[in-house]
Amino acid sequence: MANAQDLAVREKKELVTKEEKTVPGRYYVPYADIFETDDALTVVMEVPGVEKKNLDVSLENYVLRIDGKIDFAKYDGMEPLYTEYNIGHYTRSFTVSNKVDQEHISAQLDDGVLTLTLPKAKEAQPRRIAIG
Amino acid sequence: MALFPDPFDTLLNLQQALDSFRSSNWLGSGPSGGGAYPPMNVFHRGDDFIIITELPGLKKSDLDVQVKGNSVRVAGTKGVSFPDKAAVHRRERLAGRFDRAVTLPVQIDPNGVKAEYRDGILALFLPRAEQDKPRSIQVA
Repeated sequence: MANAQDLAVREKKELVTKEEKTVPGRYYVPYADIFETDDALTVVMEVPGVEKKNLDVSLENYVLRIDGKIDFAKYDGMEPLYTEYNIGHYTRSFTVSNKVDQEHISAQLDDGVLTLTLPKAKEAQPRRIAIG
Repeated sequence: MALFPDPFDTLLNLQQALDSFRSSNWLGSGPSGGGAYPPMNVFHRGDDFIIITELPGLKKSDLDVQVKGNSVRVAGTKGVSFPDKAAVHRRERLAGRFDRAVTLPVQIDPNGVKAEYRDGILALFLPRAEQDKPRSIQVA
């Protein structure tokens, strides 16, 4: 399993939706790792170029939605000579079950990696049953 | 035709401009490094060059940038870790060692090279060497 995830150059996944956005521009789907432990569900997403102030995480109707905008004004005055990848805003949504304690979701953004911790509601945590 | 650039489609214009330089052969591969990761974008601003790469989740200590002659080398380790008792639902991020060297067709001033790593983006500012700067020719 480790070999399948070795470093390789991949094209960014472009977002394809039925509805268009009013402002033109390509949106990309950030790569995410999702794993679950006994007390929380964690989503780790790569959103390079997104600053804290341009990141929007919301949970509504059991849909967790992440929107990260990049600041392309930094490219002002720069002329491209050679490119291997494209840049754009990021967006991705996941449906979460009612096992998630929606009040205590926490988000951390470091070096372009967003870590979202969704703690499981108390009722959903595994309970050890003592054998009498 | 427009007197003022339309701010609403600047992102799309930038994306289309980046697309059109995909097949450029401006950059060559360097003598020492192996592999094509990480993908790089090269820009110029006036006489100076800027290489931009996306490397999310790196610690500065895991990153090694070297300049020699007109070659630039970016090497390091990109790590992804999971806690021990985790059930993995989805695994899309890549991890491993990378070591890429590229050769520029221009001479750069190695003493003026600056590297900046912010928000997962590594930007290398490569000033052009004085002796390589183009000289304007007066047309009589």
